[in-house]
This record gives sequence, structure tokens and C-alpha cells, in this order.
Amino acid sequence: MRGGEPSGEAQPAGAGDGSGAGGKSSGADGHGRARGPGPGIGGFIHTVRTRVRGPERGPALVVLGLIMICVLFQVLNDRFLSPRNLSNLSVDIVSTGLVAVGIVFVLLIGEIDLSVGSVSGLAGAAFAVLNVNLGVPEWLAMIVAVLSGMAAGAVHGFFFAWVGVPSFVVTLAGLLAWNGMALYLLGASGTINLDENGLVASLTSSYFGQPAVAYGLAALGTAGYALACLRTRTRLTAAGMRYRSPGEIGVRSGLLALVAFSAAYTLNQFQGLPLALLIFLVVIVVSDYVLRRTRYGRRVYALGGGAVAARRAGVRVVRVRLVMFMTSGTLAAIGGLFVASGLTSASPTTARAAGSGMLLINAIAAAVIGGTSLFGGRGSTWSALLGALVIQSIASGMALLGVEDALQFIITGAVLLAAVTADTLARRTERMPAQA
Amino acid sequence: MREVVPLATFPPVLALRGISKRFGGVQALVDVELQLRAGEVVALAGDNGAGKSTLIKVISGVAPADRGIIEWEGGLVQIKQPHDAHALGIATVYQDLAMCDNLDIVGNLFLGREIDRVGVLDEVEMERQARELMHTLSMRIPDVRMPVAALSAGQRQAVSIAHSLMGSPKVLLLDEPTAALGVEQTSHLFDLIEQIRDRGMAILLISHNMGDIKAVADRVAVLRLGRNNGLFDVNTTPQEQVISSITGAADNAKTHRPTGDDEVWP
Ligand SMILES: Nc1ncnc2c1ncn2[C@@H]1O[C@H](COP(=O)(O)OP(=O)(O)OP(=O)(O)O)[C@@H](O)[C@H]1O
Ligand SMILES: [Mg+2]
Repeated sequence: MRGGEPSGEAQPAGAGDGSGAGGKSSGADGHGRARGPGPGIGGFIHTVRTRVRGPERGPALVVLGLIMICVLFQVLNDRFLSPRNLSNLSVDIVSTGLVAVGIVFVLLIGEIDLSVGSVSGLAGAAFAVLNVNLGVPEWLAMIVAVLSGMAAGAVHGFFFAWVGVPSFVVTLAGLLAWNGMALYLLGASGTINLDENGLVASLTSSYFGQPAVAYGLAALGTAGYALACLRTRTRLTAAGMRYRSPGEIGVRSGLLALVAFSAAYTLNQFQGLPLALLIFLVVIVVSDYVLRRTRYGRRVYALGGGAVAARRAGVRVVRVRLVMFMTSGTLAAIGGLFVASGLTSASPTTARAAGSGMLLINAIAAAVIGGTSLFGGRGSTWSALLGALVIQSIASGMALLGVEDALQFIITGAVLLAAVTADTLARRTERMPAQA
Repeated sequence: MREVVPLATFPPVLALRGISKRFGGVQALVDVELQLRAGEVVALAGDNGAGKSTLIKVISGVAPADRGIIEWEGGLVQIKQPHDAHALGIATVYQDLAMCDNLDIVGNLFLGREIDRVGVLDEVEMERQARELMHTLSMRIPDVRMPVAALSAGQRQAVSIAHSLMGSPKVLLLDEPTAALGVEQTSHLFDLIEQIRDRGMAILLISHNMGDIKAVADRVAVLRLGRNNGLFDVNTTPQEQVISSITGAADNAKTHRPTGDDEVWP
């Protein structure tokens, strides 16, 4: 057999499937069947209970935690929930969040990518050198920067998927090498300041000032969600299958509308909908759709939930693994452009910082805190949003309170540990029935 | 009922010649020969560690052979990965019943053969077909949206068998498919095997149970220590002869293959 497939048959049964067992079945979860007894309020409460205990327990807990964090900081400093702070927060989560989306892809197949910080630094450096020093047009420099991330991911994917080097080691090597390359690129020129009015700078400085945009998007999102649910319901009921009751669809859409419209209201109190946030949301919605609704995404989950079974079923394991690392590299590069945009510069100091890992750590922490399992096969790209919100809220709240970095690191570390512990416990309880 | 046609007029769907496979220091298969014909059930018997599962993995592309030739409907083919075997029409139920524990039954049933409309999964159609299939196979599954982690061993086996039948294969490889099945499910599986055999499928069934072999197989091939050790007609060969060939009391491997060169097995 091919050496490049570590999950092959040469391993003892079970060793290959680094699976997050049970619970979050992507198919069932995707459709969110209501199994409660019939319609009505009683049935609905029953449904909420079972779901909050089951597959939706994770996200529900994270949202609860986020609310607690917000309340706590608001009590300590009433500027925390100010439109200005929340608007800035919504832009600050984007670079970490985009990188975290890439991490989710890799975590879903049960692997890790430690190079994303360095890759994002490299993309920023490549863009700055090409555009500012060499005069390459911005759009072209951006494309090259993103492609460099994709290429870095392809290198990792090749060594991991084809040769069989553990992803941990491959991407650790990548962490060093890409960071070195970024420093080398910037070496001659030192700090490079980007065009303040350029395309990249505008990524984090553009807002849709007209209130109608934010509200329109909120309305569109809510209506789209409700219609999609109703359409699924019609199809399923026609086929004699169960789905969420109209009541449940109503409540869910109502909750979504509440969140979406209050976000839109808050953002409109400041400068309107930030372009960065819009891009982030689009990336999440699209990637979530691809992962949960397409044949390709199904195979990604399958690989993460049981590599042996996936391989036997004809899933092209090497190819899927390669693509996952390329996705992660690409998103890291895009995240890097947002970092550069926020700073409107690329410098050896920031490149060094990117390599030394806060972005990497925050991105992995965001994905895991948001509910994506480290063990593979469970999670969604929405966890990047939830997790990035948690991490950035803590950072922002602490900054407002003037707390030093040291304490901030300790607290973020504790939150991360709590999230991983929850993941591990969930996995343990869910494995029971299979082993019994 | 089945037509009785002299075997020779059937070209074998699948023929293995001189298959050898090594795992590190273990020579799992040595020059193994095997032929499967359409409309025939061949049982593969042998002691633990004889190489039965390894042979199945060679055919299914999971663990390709080091040496040897595989012919499909008379033509030479390469099976280097599971995908190749699927493309030919070879379906397999593995001994360990590995599944994707994060997917539900429907997800596992259709794994690798998902139904989609322009790339987007058609969950409704998959669920409908899954129910239908479970019904046709009389499988006791309360809910096809259950995560497979919650299934009993027998239910897992049922799902694995159903999965293998997706996409109407021409050759079905079953590695101890009855190990976890109850009496009723076992006899059900045998009915099913006879049905699909009569539809012209070739079936290779690994079993340790002589009763099972007698019940469904037409021929039984014996492996011993990774080598062929006899091929018997189930209906005419006394059971003791098969058993002694399994245990090595009758070491056909030695008598059959002194030089191994000009011999054609069977
Ligand atoms: N992945 C592997 N790595 C190393 N050795 C292996 C591997 N798979 C099988 N073997 C060895 O090859 C030999 C044949 O094993 P195989 O699983 O084919 O036997 P079997 O006939 O299926 O036995 P059983 O009846 O117990 O299922 C054994 O000695 C086994 O230890
Ligand atoms: Mg075996």
C-alpha cells in the first residue's frame, strides 16, 4: 500500500479513525430533525431540551459564555457594549476569524496546521513588497499573496498526505520556514507602509454607511433562513419524513432576526456595516454550505470521523487532505491581508510576531472554543465566528480595563482549556454506546 | 431457479493468479490463486491468520498485492486503491465494520456514492432510499438518522452489508458477515445472498462456520498459512475433508505445489 496514507490498513483497527464519535452527525444535524412528540408548546419545549442536551449543546454553551463575558465587561466598564467598541470588535475578529475558518477545515479531518500565523505574515509581506516596492498593481499583488498561501498549504498537504509526515511536524516546519521567508522578503526594506487609500487598507476601513445596507442584510439573512427551512420542510413532509415544526422554525427565525437586527442597529449607530465583517460572514456561510450540503463536504466529515471507512468507501483520501491544507493556507493568507490592512503596514516586527504565534494560537483557540473538535469530524465554520468573538471580546474588554497582557493570556488560556475539556468529555460520553 | 451451465462456459468475473502479499516480516499470502464466476458463491475458509482477510483487502484495493495478476472479465486490471475496485464493480464488507462514527446511518450507507443534484446532497432522496433498502433487507433499524455510534454490532453489520450493495456491484466480498448476526438475520442474509447470486453476482464469503458454508456456498476454497490448500465442491465433498484441509491434517499445499510452475489451480 502507499506509504503516504497513514490511516491505511497497516494500523490496528480503530487507530486510524481519529473520530469524534456520535452526536453531531452531519447529516442529521444538517436537517435538524425534530424528534419531539408532535407540535405544540409542550413538544417544542421537549425539542429544545433534547437539542440543547444533544448536538446543539456546544454552541448553546458558547453563546451563553459569550453573553456572560459581555455582561461582565459591561458591568466593569460601560463602554464595552458601546456601538463604537462593538463595531471595532466586529472588524478585529475578522483576521483571526478567517484564519480560524481555515483551521476548522483542517481540524475536521482530525489534523492541525501550525503554520497559519507564518503564512499570513508571509502573505502580508509578499503583498507589501510586490505592491509598494516593486509597483505591482494592488489587485495582482493581492492575488499573488493569496496564491502564495495556497502554495504553502499545498507543500504541507504534499508532505502530509502523500509522504505521510505527521501534519504537526510538517506545519511546524512551515511555521519556521514561511516566517523566515517573510523576514527575508522584508529584510532589505524594513517596515513597508501600505497605501492608506488602497484596496488592502480599505478591507478594514470601509463601511457601508447607509443604515439600509445592514438592515437589508439582516432581513435577507433571516428571510433566507426561514424560507430554506420551510422549503426543506415542504420537501420532507411530502416524502413523509419529519422536520422541525412550523413553530420551531418560527422561533429559530425569530431568534436569528433578533440577533441580526440588533447587530445591524448597533453597527448603524457607529459607521454602518463594516466591509470586513461582510466578507467574513460570506466566507462562513459559503464554507458551511460546502461542508454540510455538498458531496465534497460530506467526504471531509467522513474522513474526519473514520479515515479507514472513508478510504474503503472510495474517498480520495490523499486529495481531500491536500485540499484541506491548501484551503487552510489560502484562508491564512487572506487573514494576513486583513492583518496588514489593520496595520496598514508590513514590518519585520509584525512578521516576527506572526511567526511567534499569537495569531496562530488565537485562530486555533477560536476554532476549538467555537465548538470544532480537535479529534476530527465534528464542528462547523460557524465556530470560527463564535470563538473569535469570545477571544476578541476578552481581549477588548481587558484592553478597556487596562489589564496587562499577562492576565489576558492567562484568562484566554483558561477559556481554551475549558473548551477542550468540554470537547473531550463530550467525545467520551458519546463513545460509550459504541464501545459497550 | 438457476440454470445449470457447465462452469467452463462462464468466464470468471474475477481471477487472481500468483498473488503474494507481505506485511513486514509476515508473509500473509503466497502465490494464491482464486476464481470467481458470475452466479456462484465461493466460500473462503481457513484458520485464524490464514490470510483470508488479507486476500479480500488485496481484491478490494485496500492493501494491494506485492506480486500477482488480477483479471477482470478476462482482461488484466490493476487494483491499486479502493476506488479502482469500486469502479470495476467490486463491493466489500470488511471484518472490522469500520464506519464514520460522526455520520448517521444514511451518511454511512451512501458514503462514496452520495446522491446529489449538481454537487448538492439530496438528503431527502438518500433517506428515502435508505429506508427502502432497510425495509427490503428486513433490517431492524428504528431510525435511519441515528448516528452509527449508537448501533449494536449486528446493526452495524447490517448497515455495512447494505452499504456494500449500493450501486449494484458484480462481485461481493463478505468477510465473516454473520459473526455478529442473530439466527434470524443470518438466515435472512443467506436468502439475500442466494437472491443476488441468482441475479448473476459473484460472491466470496469468508466463514469459519461449516454449517453456513454448506448452506450457501457452491464451492469452498481453503487457505492455509497464506497458501491455497484445496478447492472443494460443497455438495460432493465430505465436511471432514474440508476441515482437515483447513487444519492442515491434509496438507494439500505441499502435495499440490511441489514446484508450483506448470500447475494451474484449481
Ligand atoms: N496490517 C497488517 N500488518 C501486519 N500484519 C498483518 C496485517 N494484516 C494481517 N497481517 C498478518 O497477516 C496474516 C494473515 O492475516 P489475516 O487477517 O488475513 O487472517 P485471517 O485469515 O483473516 O484470520 P481471521 O480468521 O482471524 O480473520 C496474519 O499473520 C496477520 O498477523
Ligand atoms: Mg480475517
